[in-house]
Amino acid sequence: MKKRRNKTGKSKDSKKQSVRQHVPVAEEQGSDVIFSRPQSLTDVENHYCAGCGHGIIHRLICETIDEFGIREKVIGIAPVGCAVLAYDYWGFDVAEAAHGRTPAVATGIKRVRPENIVFTYQGDGDLAAIGTAEIVHAANRGENITVIFVNNGVYGMTGGQMAPTTLAGQRTTTTLSGRSLRREGYPIKMLEMLAVLPGTKYLERVSVHSAQEVLRAKRAIKKAFKMQIDNKGFSIVEVLSMCPTYWNMTPIQAADRIKNEVATFYPLGVIKSC
Amino acid sequence: MSYKALMCGNEACGEGAVLAGCRFYAGYPITPQNELTAYMAKRMNETGGIFIQAESELAAISMVFGAAAAGFRAMTSSSSPGISLKQEGISYLVGCELPCVIVNMQRGGPGLGNIAPSQADYFQAVKGGGHGDYKLIVLAPSSAQEFLEYTYLAFDLADKYRNPAFILGDGLLGQMMEPLNLNLKAPVTNLPKPWSLTGCRGRKPNIIRSLLLGEGVLEEHNKRLQEKFRRMKDTEVRAETFNLKDSDIVLVAYGSVARIAKASMGMARAKGLKVGLLRPITLWPFPDKVIEEISGRVKKFLVVEMSAGQMVEDVRLAVNGKAEVDFYGRMGGSIPTEDEIFERIEALI
Repeated sequence: MKKRRNKTGKSKDSKKQSVRQHVPVAEEQGSDVIFSRPQSLTDVENHYCAGCGHGIIHRLICETIDEFGIREKVIGIAPVGCAVLAYDYWGFDVAEAAHGRTPAVATGIKRVRPENIVFTYQGDGDLAAIGTAEIVHAANRGENITVIFVNNGVYGMTGGQMAPTTLAGQRTTTTLSGRSLRREGYPIKMLEMLAVLPGTKYLERVSVHSAQEVLRAKRAIKKAFKMQIDNKGFSIVEVLSMCPTYWNMTPIQAADRIKNEVATFYPLGVIKSC
Repeated sequence: MSYKALMCGNEACGEGAVLAGCRFYAGYPITPQNELTAYMAKRMNETGGIFIQAESELAAISMVFGAAAAGFRAMTSSSSPGISLKQEGISYLVGCELPCVIVNMQRGGPGLGNIAPSQADYFQAVKGGGHGDYKLIVLAPSSAQEFLEYTYLAFDLADKYRNPAFILGDGLLGQMMEPLNLNLKAPVTNLPKPWSLTGCRGRKPNIIRSLLLGEGVLEEHNKRLQEKFRRMKDTEVRAETFNLKDSDIVLVAYGSVARIAKASMGMARAKGLKVGLLRPITLWPFPDKVIEEISGRVKKFLVVEMSAGQMVEDVRLAVNGKAEVDFYGRMGGSIPTEDEIFERIEALI
């Protein structure tokens, strides 16, 4: 863990300082800032595996929040799943939620504090399995919130079980011979389902498997936050993300798998925008 | 406000919440508490509060979690099967130390049961209900007036301890209309909530969490919670007593059954029998000291409940073998009559 220091290398008010005070890394060195850690992203080590997409997606959200200058207005809701500790990595107010109830908690917060910017960060188990009712009804009520939905097709935190979004034939710890459509049913396309609801205003599917797609993902996340800032209603960005650990792949193989397999089943692009 | 009104217990409960400054309600329809949901829909609209008819009890309690995390006074209500669903959220609210008020207008169970009054959720309310070691202050009103007053009080207690407070009623109390006085004297305390989520302007970010993975951290958190529960136990016991000083037999009953038992006590006294009544108002913390004090002198306790016998276990623990403890209960939505209880008293003599 890096500690922030002033130019003399000694901390003046070290007692007051904590990992939750943020200064772009480059600034410390007195050079021109061309790239830095967003203020909204805390300067700590994260627990994510090598090649996992969560770190990239956290960063995109934090860059977006900094660029809109809304860090002091944002309230995030962390899910149950691999991103359960997201509040350790975010430098703004965050609440936890019971597994899948994330949009219900967001609803409670946004309704009493409409001036704040409220977003949920949810995995595929949280959003597409145990929290299906909550996401559908928050969307149908047209809650003015932003949802970042990370789809990596497995339950990572619990050890690689089948998710509702697991592709046909994909091997997991609970589908040892691969997901059988007859036995386990079909992978769920949540955005296409949600798109039929008049309460949903902006739905886009993106990916973080390449630099180009990361840039597209950033634009989508920014648009989704802008929708809320402009009081336009419910927006959701589904981010296809790599899980090399439970796909039994190297990070590069995992990125290739999104391009060649996952994104062919879950097409990238704007699903709905109004 | 200083006027009288005619309200059912459900409505009185809602008005108590409104007077206490509750401005967020989320609920899901279930009989026999629908009057409360309808009342909150009307009153939240009138007071500029938020009313949400949620998609489920799971969502309703999580919406309350959100509003409470944002620092607002929030409430949800249901009846037995719905309260079972809310246990998930209640455990999280306790773990995250968020104040709110939860109301259970009990109905007959188990399962879908029926919609008649019952007291079979006592264990669920006072012993935990959800996962983990926790306690809620459980208030048991016995009239529309008390629903108003104790719901009002519940919000203060919830804020004071940063813990959910629980109102345990039943379908009879919820739906029976009674006159009540809306003039509440005790001021509502509005404690500052520096821990709440407001956006981190001018301060360090606030995190609302119950996940504590560091070695020993969760145990420390639990020790702190238990210390809080001990403080509740020391200061928040409430009970009403009748004729305890000279009684040979003491009835113990709460809520609607306490009112029936009081009538039975009157019948016994009219026949010269020395019968008293203890009515716990807080079911947790339980008034065990009151029972301990009289246990050496009182010959017999008769616990009456609309259950197979739940509170009677707490009475036995408090009596600790110093007197005989008898039980009379009706189940499945049946209500004991004053004659039935009186017959039982006579049989004990």
